[in-house]
Amino acid sequence: MAEPIAVKLAEKQRAVSVAEFFERNRHLLGFDNKRKALLTVVKEAVDNSLDACEEARILPEISVEIIEMGNERFRIVVEDNGPGIVKKQIPNIFAKLLYGSKFHSLKQARGQQGIGISAAVLYAQLTTGRPARITSRIDAKHPAHYFELHLNTQKNEPEIIKDEEISWKKERGTKVELDIEASYQKGDQSVDSYLKETAIVNPHATIVYTNPKAEQSIFPRATDKLPKEPAEIKPHPYGIELGIMLKMIKATESRTLQSFLTNEFSRVGSQTAKEICAAAGLQTDMKPRELELAHVEKLMEGIKKTKIIAPPTDCIVPIGEELLEKGLRKEVAAEFYTSVTRSPEVYRGIPFVVEVALAYGGQQPADQPVRILRFANRVPLLYQQSACSSFKSVLQTNWKPYGLQQSSGAAPNGPLTVIIHLASVWPPFTSEAKEAIAHYPEIIKEMKLALQEAGRRLGMYVNKKRRVASERERVNIFERYIPEVADALAQLSGENKKVIEDQLTSMLAKNKEFIQANVAAASEREEPEDDIKLTGNAERDEE
Amino acid sequence: MSEAKKKLQTLGKELVEGVKKGKQPKLDVPIRALSNIKYNEKTKTLELGGKSSERLFFNVGHVKKFAQTLEVAKISKQLLDLQKHASLRDMFYMAKRTLPGTNTNLVDEQSESDNAIEDLEVVTGFSREQLNVNANKNGSVAGHVVIEDKGDTIDWARMGSGGWSIPSNVEEIKFKKVDAKYVLYMEKAAVWERLHEDKFWDKQKCIIMSSQGQTTRGLRRLLQRLSSEHKLPIYVLCDYDPYGAYIYSVLKYGSINLAHMAESLTLKDAKYLGITSNDIEKYGLKKHFIKLKDVDVARLKQISEYDWFKNNKAWQREFKAMKAFGAKAEIQALSARGITFISDQYLPEKIKNKDWIE
Repeated sequence: MAEPIAVKLAEKQRAVSVAEFFERNRHLLGFDNKRKALLTVVKEAVDNSLDACEEARILPEISVEIIEMGNERFRIVVEDNGPGIVKKQIPNIFAKLLYGSKFHSLKQARGQQGIGISAAVLYAQLTTGRPARITSRIDAKHPAHYFELHLNTQKNEPEIIKDEEISWKKERGTKVELDIEASYQKGDQSVDSYLKETAIVNPHATIVYTNPKAEQSIFPRATDKLPKEPAEIKPHPYGIELGIMLKMIKATESRTLQSFLTNEFSRVGSQTAKEICAAAGLQTDMKPRELELAHVEKLMEGIKKTKIIAPPTDCIVPIGEELLEKGLRKEVAAEFYTSVTRSPEVYRGIPFVVEVALAYGGQQPADQPVRILRFANRVPLLYQQSACSSFKSVLQTNWKPYGLQQSSGAAPNGPLTVIIHLASVWPPFTSEAKEAIAHYPEIIKEMKLALQEAGRRLGMYVNKKRRVASERERVNIFERYIPEVADALAQLSGENKKVIEDQLTSMLAKNKEFIQANVAAASEREEPEDDIKLTGNAERDEE
Repeated sequence: MSEAKKKLQTLGKELVEGVKKGKQPKLDVPIRALSNIKYNEKTKTLELGGKSSERLFFNVGHVKKFAQTLEVAKISKQLLDLQKHASLRDMFYMAKRTLPGTNTNLVDEQSESDNAIEDLEVVTGFSREQLNVNANKNGSVAGHVVIEDKGDTIDWARMGSGGWSIPSNVEEIKFKKVDAKYVLYMEKAAVWERLHEDKFWDKQKCIIMSSQGQTTRGLRRLLQRLSSEHKLPIYVLCDYDPYGAYIYSVLKYGSINLAHMAESLTLKDAKYLGITSNDIEKYGLKKHFIKLKDVDVARLKQISEYDWFKNNKAWQREFKAMKAFGAKAEIQALSARGITFISDQYLPEKIKNKDWIE
């Protein structure tokens, strides 16, 4: 008798390491193509630097250098003045996927999962074979450490190729050097625009950028005020799914269900915990470890039935209207700026804040769709625009009252830059590459309200500008015709042209109010000349 | 100095006087549209009503038209001074220019300068021919008629295959000899050529006249002079469609656009010879029908409601029949009965039997 087929199949079945999985699915992390890879590597390094500086309350000074090495290879060097990394942690942070400080906490930050920079290291390794080179120093009293690292894709563990102490002129900071296969292009979705946009929403950071053509741009900081340190919060019961609840129950050290609820969740006091238990039909003194799946399902039902106040929102640190406008002013030349920071709101138990800023006019093209710059937790989102809530909320807003042109279902046309920023302890991205914000109705609603508020201010400006222009136009139109009419009158009557012209000009000057009053009448049809419309050849009476 | 020139000068002087007193320049322009047209039962002509619109200089909506009207007045005065005539097209180019320092043109299309001239006509009471502006000549005539034009003697019987082409201004023409019993005007130049080739005017002792489509002023004035000075009956031959009826209407009662010129241009005694609904039946033209389009039906309804047709039983019968047929027919459909059928049988028969509509 032959072996069951399952036995044979079992020979091929084995665990796939996370590293192997991502090696094959690099697009999930933003390495779809060579151009995007360049951006993603820079972005991960810069995001980490900014997060680290802010956490250490240091005003960020970041230098980004891209060197073209020929044959589609680029060296990327990102250096910051951040807190540095202790020696022991350097290999794990840079050469182990899913290793990080942020996954386990609910706190507003750029990074989330601890994938980004190690994925960049992995990408470098896969395309050029060169190890990542990290230099870090924590203060003047400690030496600088230099590492060369590979990532073992089978085990998802760092491989240390070189580990030495070096002398470094910097007292504190971290420097990352990666060689990758990439291609460089300017324009939208480029490193250049990513850094420019980063400078807009991080007005406290100074960024020095040298591109592959050895052109240097400096984005100086516009403020010395660091953003407030965001507070860490516990999850809110409304935002918890069954799987996570099970995990939390397994991990908790609380002895009773009631203390589990009050200890592990925000906005749950003993009263609320009792209510939840009552609604779920569970005893408050049950031991969490003894809860079975059926109990946990009941608990979830109980949470749904209980009224729990919204999570605290002081954990969100928006950029703020003033600073957002400052950042926009320094990077986008326009004639009118406005910005709106909404009050915090909650989606699925997770607090968030929407901010919008507009820059109107200047040299921006008037006959093209408006430029939409999307951000989440101060990080520019450059890809997947049409899949993003921000874009959707711009489309769903009626821009016509604000003086822009818009055909239904499309983005408005006009000389306008729109900035939409979502700050949240957990921005809901549609994919791990963090390119678009998922369509939660609560988020879209807030975005639209913010756009409308900013839009109304824009509308007042645009309409006033238009009024002034048309008033000027009205007076101008007569000025233009005066010489023509004066000439005709002079020739008909035999009088002096100059005299007539002067007379008409002084009448124009005296009668500005009269002329303006006249305008209302002019908008009506001047005479009913067209009230019959002859058709066919009969229309051409006399040709 | 001609009357027209005097009038233009007065117009200019009055406006300048006003300006000197601080009054803004304005023109009173009678409205040339159906809303301001009255049909005078007694004289059987269209007349311009009393409605006029003020055209103000200091008005954003008026200023361009105001300037255009004064511009053509200025050009007309120059022409009168030089004793030269300009065509409507010339006039357009003389007025067309860009205002200094702008991208605005004084006139953009010829229709604008044409309109300005018609406005000037109603403002001054002089026809554009009197203002030395001529339309393009359009139309041919043949018959036993001898005229004198600018010192030249012209015999309409000896003008070859094209006939004499009718100028836009026929005021100065002198009739030396008119040997005809009637004038036949037709809508189609092609039909005129057919009749001319058949020497119809010679055989029937008549004058044949045509223009392509709508009648020009020169042609209408010529018809009117033949009618009033030589008492010739005028017969009109048109396609069987709403526009044919309107061509007849313009000849007889005047046109809506030129109601201010009605008196010098209408032909009170013009008779509509064909094609009529009776002809359709009698000559079996149904098989050559062309279906009426929606615009044709709309136009038919419009025309049938004109004051001057409203109470005309014969015409109302025609309109009703055309609507019932839901179709129109061309004059040339008669050629199906033989190439010379129109000149040998159709026209002589119609005229002999007085088979026409008024």
